[in-house]
Amino acid sequence: MTSSSQEKPPLLDVKGLSVDYGLKGVPSRAIDSVSFALRAGEAVGLVGESGSGKTTTAMAIAGLLSPNARVSKGEVRYRGEQLPIDDDASMRPHRWSETSVVFQGAMNALNPVHRIIKQIAEPCMLKLGMSRGEATARARELLELVGIPADRGSAYPHELSGGMRQRVMIAMALACRPSIIIGDEPTTALDVITQAQILKLLGELRSRLGLALILITHDLSVVAECCDRVMIMYAGRIVEDGTVAEIFAQPKHPYTRLLIESIPNPASGKKMIRPIPGDPPNLVNRPSGCAFHPRCPSVMAVCATEVPSLDQFGRGRVACHLYRSSQEDKVAVHA
Amino acid sequence: MPDTADILRLESLQVHFPIQGGLFDHVLGRPAGAVRAVDGIDLNIGRGEIVALVGESGSGKTTVGRVITKLAQPTGGRMLFEGRDMTSVQGSSALRPYRHRVQMIFQDAYQALNPRHTVFDVVAEPLRSLRLVGNASQLTERVSEALASAGLNPPGDFFARFPHELSGGQRQRVVIAGALAVRPGLIVADEPVSMLDVSIRAQILQVLVALRDKHNMALLFITHDLPLAWLIADKIAVLYLGKLVEIGSADDITFNPRHPYTVALRNATPQVGANAGRAELRGLQGEVPSAARVPKGCRFHPRCPLAFDRCKQEEPPAIEVGPQHMSACWLAA
Ligand SMILES: Nc1ncnc2c1ncn2[C@@H]1O[C@H](COP(=O)(O)OP(=O)(O)OP(=O)(O)O)[C@@H](O)[C@H]1O
Ligand SMILES: Nc1ncnc2c1ncn2[C@@H]1O[C@H](COP(=O)(O)OP(=O)(O)OP(=O)(O)O)[C@@H](O)[C@H]1O
Ligand code: SF4
Ligand SMILES: [Mg+2]
Ligand SMILES: [Mg+2]
Repeated sequence: MTSSSQEKPPLLDVKGLSVDYGLKGVPSRAIDSVSFALRAGEAVGLVGESGSGKTTTAMAIAGLLSPNARVSKGEVRYRGEQLPIDDDASMRPHRWSETSVVFQGAMNALNPVHRIIKQIAEPCMLKLGMSRGEATARARELLELVGIPADRGSAYPHELSGGMRQRVMIAMALACRPSIIIGDEPTTALDVITQAQILKLLGELRSRLGLALILITHDLSVVAECCDRVMIMYAGRIVEDGTVAEIFAQPKHPYTRLLIESIPNPASGKKMIRPIPGDPPNLVNRPSGCAFHPRCPSVMAVCATEVPSLDQFGRGRVACHLYRSSQEDKVAVHA
Repeated sequence: MPDTADILRLESLQVHFPIQGGLFDHVLGRPAGAVRAVDGIDLNIGRGEIVALVGESGSGKTTVGRVITKLAQPTGGRMLFEGRDMTSVQGSSALRPYRHRVQMIFQDAYQALNPRHTVFDVVAEPLRSLRLVGNASQLTERVSEALASAGLNPPGDFFARFPHELSGGQRQRVVIAGALAVRPGLIVADEPVSMLDVSIRAQILQVLVALRDKHNMALLFITHDLPLAWLIADKIAVLYLGKLVEIGSADDITFNPRHPYTVALRNATPQVGANAGRAELRGLQGEVPSAARVPKGCRFHPRCPLAFDRCKQEEPPAIEVGPQHMSACWLAA
């Protein structure tokens, strides 16, 4: 993108990553040829239908795939070095201090029998070599940063509300001052005011410390507000990648376009709900060609047979036959 | 005479949790105080009515839902279901008819699903334990129907899966299917679509609205998302630190909010438009509210941009500001 990109490797470089899950012994592809780069201080949104492979992508990068998953292709580089993403033990020194994750489903990720203050302080002692006193002080500070009064630190996870647990997870992810945070729906349980506070905090850390963010979310307004770039996933592939301004103003992929059209908006004064017609694709029986073709309003014959590759288009990337390079001059018109 | 036009009535409902302080406090015999999660609320839900309960994280929404579904015991007030006082009814056999009528869709789909049960068993379990189906083929039919309504198609592909083999949104839909399968009279849905993309979200909302239209099912829809509440609900109730600060029609709350907190919520709601770009970051000033330290007077006063002297001293009552519209704010007095 910029000239400096030639000189320095990106902070994170995901290359052709494919992951299969074994379901009853049969491998099925959850993500396919996922490629993207992330620079220090950059915030990228990862958006897509439920089941499209967002969490799988995040877990693969953090080396936290479930036991029945296999990285079948591709690699992940961090500051130019290949990461041992399929080896939990070798990933351990990297995790939390370089890349940390805010998991989807916070309750699952918290230890039910420990007070939350302890759960935040522990990694500070282990990874940053702090004393118990220092770590507790840092944990209290982190709690306040995410909007939980520090004196609630003695609570157990089940004594907190859903949104408070989610914020504890965010505090834990920040604890060891990582370079990359992958937030998997990190603010879904938060009201707009609390959410704004968290996003502001992340924004400050980005500009102050060059923290990079991968933000997985269904909330396009969160993406609009705090990401530079957004990648849209559908059925395990990235189908569009571009700047936030471009994607919201001029979505190219038909799926992106329908996605943006189905956002409710009270200002428009009509109570209309418009789901995208048809069913989401199934992991086991993926449609041939472009996985979106059975639901696509612009479908052409070629879409059912050929998988469109994710090609450069304008300043972004798009995987759709409407934008094939051979047709690049007759730029597709959209309604 | 009980008023049976309402399926559910909450009267001065209160849920306080004792704070278990650290070992330190314990040794010193320090009084640890209480978390005033729900602090006296009155709310009615009509038959076939969709009521949205909105409010800040930690304001007590889930706790209200847990009381209604008999998973938490109130420390004060009453709960009437179809005119009958359910506040102190306990025990699984006494509650069986009630559980058949009232279902909860849980907020945390990761926690709500038993990791050792397949999707089929999760959805079939309440049907079996409430003895709602006669035979195995009926059971399969009901389970398939519920999974399909929740957008898990084809249902058969999901029967044998375990929760860890599902994505977050798929888990959430299994939880939804479990509640739908029972065909209850009231569903308490706690952030039921928070993990779903806008398209599947729209599909689920249509299913819920159709259940109301066809079977007169009532719905308490818990969400922090005001536009979503407007989209689905007839009535919106706004909770702040355990108290309802405003109740009104969905349109009134969205377009004519009267309580300063509702106004702040509305102003903080981002718009996604063609010219979205990066909006100014929004927020409220003032210290973080805590249900363990509820401010005196109007509990919103430390953060209220319009607060005046009286707000710091006296708690405002619910004041009528229009037809079916009330606000608990001294400005409305
Ligand atoms: N351990 C597993 N075994 C088998 N299949 C799995 C496993 N984990 C996920 N899947 C499947 O892989 C696909 C991608 O799942 P993933 O969790 O990455 O989706 P997602 O995009 O994060 O969705 P959501 O928005 O619903 O969280 C889904 O179809 C899911 O059912
Ligand atoms: N079992 C419990 N013991 C002690 N405190 C509790 C318990 N359950 C809830 N609380 C407290 O009660 C308050 C309200 O929690 P509740 O879960 O009802 O909030 P909520 O409105 O659902 O928030 P969110 O939107 O974050 O889910 C919080 O301060 C929470 O910490
Ligand atoms: S009563 Fe006072 S402090 Fe409370 S909301 Fe109204 S103006 Fe604000
Ligand atoms: Mg996910
Ligand atoms: Mg809750």
